[in-house]
Amino acid sequence: MSNEIFVLVEHHAGAVTDVTHELLGKAAELGGPTVACLLGHGARGLADGLAADTVLSVDDPVLEHFVPEAYATVLASLIAPRDPRLVLIANTTVGMDLAGALSARTGRPLVAYCTELAFDGEATVATSQVYGGKLNAEVEVTGPVIASVVAGSFTAASGSPGAVQDVAAPDLSGVRTQFLARVAPDTSDVDITAEEILVSVGRGIGGEENIELAQEVAEALGATVSGSRPVTDAGWLAKTRQVGKSGRKVKPKLYLACGISGAPEHLEGMSDAELIIAINTDEKAPIFDVAHYGTTEDLFDVLPALTEALQGAIA
Amino acid sequence: MNIVVLLKQTVDLVEELELNDDGTDIEREYLSFKLNEWDEQALEEALLLKDAGAGSVTVIALDETDVDQSLYSALAKGADRAVKLTGDFEGGVSSHRRAAILAEHLQREPYDLVLIGVQTPEDLDGQAGVILAGRLGVPHVSVAIGVEPLDGGVKVSQEFGAGVVHELKVAGPAVIGVQAARQAPRYVPISRIRAAMQEGGIEEAPAPEVPAETGLKVRRMYAPESSSHAEMLSGGADAVAARIVEIIRERGILK
Repeated sequence: MSNEIFVLVEHHAGAVTDVTHELLGKAAELGGPTVACLLGHGARGLADGLAADTVLSVDDPVLEHFVPEAYATVLASLIAPRDPRLVLIANTTVGMDLAGALSARTGRPLVAYCTELAFDGEATVATSQVYGGKLNAEVEVTGPVIASVVAGSFTAASGSPGAVQDVAAPDLSGVRTQFLARVAPDTSDVDITAEEILVSVGRGIGGEENIELAQEVAEALGATVSGSRPVTDAGWLAKTRQVGKSGRKVKPKLYLACGISGAPEHLEGMSDAELIIAINTDEKAPIFDVAHYGTTEDLFDVLPALTEALQGAIA
Repeated sequence: MNIVVLLKQTVDLVEELELNDDGTDIEREYLSFKLNEWDEQALEEALLLKDAGAGSVTVIALDETDVDQSLYSALAKGADRAVKLTGDFEGGVSSHRRAAILAEHLQREPYDLVLIGVQTPEDLDGQAGVILAGRLGVPHVSVAIGVEPLDGGVKVSQEFGAGVVHELKVAGPAVIGVQAARQAPRYVPISRIRAAMQEGGIEEAPAPEVPAETGLKVRRMYAPESSSHAEMLSGGADAVAARIVEIIRERGILK
């Protein structure tokens, strides 16, 4: 095992993701040496903006877009000869495809949903969010390990690399996955990232017929209704209204969270809102840890009362 | 096409989670368990494929708490077969162990496509689907929001943040981690589930014994102590509503 810390560089449409810089920041803080793994086609120029001791650049036409199988094959081929102590991968769509694949291929343990990492002698100690953010697990691993990290956990590093090395891709002719197309976001609906006030509903709203209660508050506030993943998956709201890791990241002046428990994936999309007010009957719901104000009163009572109070206040 | 859907019972997060005596795991004994919500999405996607004439659906689950309910519900919704793998799963099953058992079982269960929920709330050692694909040596796609037949394989829509979707074509057997089905999971009346129960029909097989260590040692589990907490408003709905109006007016949000 070497002391190197590998970081997977995630990039989309010619830009490196913020969380990649966060992983590089943590890798440097842990003492490095930091090795950024940059996979792509014609993307080598992105290496210039990476604060790593070494960038390993792998260029191949198959890597032009994210193809899970191909990326896993290449990463495994980079890991094998250098035997890094730690491999850091963001817990994104890309990371969810790669971290487990690498664990299976390399036999290295995987700690998922990490929010904190430290070395304790030979051991790596990681803190993970489990059970929808209701519990943390402090985990110890001896020997080389892979960690998938929640965005926003660490401070980003900026700078340029010490060296950039070109590494030939392994044989990718056996890859059975093919990239077909990138579908751009649907812009036919309101852009919730541009809205100043969001009245956002979660599973606690109970059914499509109750969305109206939030809609009435939104109308009284001059706001837009958004929601969490369960609500859009159930078809109660359009996908374009989904806030969170797999939806939109929003930063409104006011985020009124109604019946949203605050799973980590949701918090990732809204915790930077200027003012967060949460209504949820579960006093232990994680949403209250990021909210500025909260209440455990029933939303079916609070929302109509709020509509009335707002109409009175404005009239 | 033989479509296999892997189901898992998980802790109902609505409940209060208690820790065991040494604080290294949840105390499972008194908790209620339900079908992992992402697996429900995977099942729906499989049933949509079946409805479109793409193949048959077999659901497979480890014999975890109250799994019969989920398996009968799947049969009532339209799954062709339900298989329960029996064994000792009382202390919970890691994703690595689950993947190892399922990989072994799938050696004798013909499959063209495996659908599984993209994650569960208990995936401390990663997501089982992608680990399973690694063990089987087949392609994998996570965070799928649509799976459709295409040229003998499948077209998978993979969701990224901010509404971006990639379409991938996957040839040959594959494991797909489903985030959401193309439509909300279908409703099945309790009477149909009861009817499925009366018919029986759950096949049982012993789970293959496969050594699988996660390599992780949990030092402790604990409820996160947040550095901040909301200022709580109480006193009834009207009082709370009035206070919310006051707060947002003070902030200049209410014009």
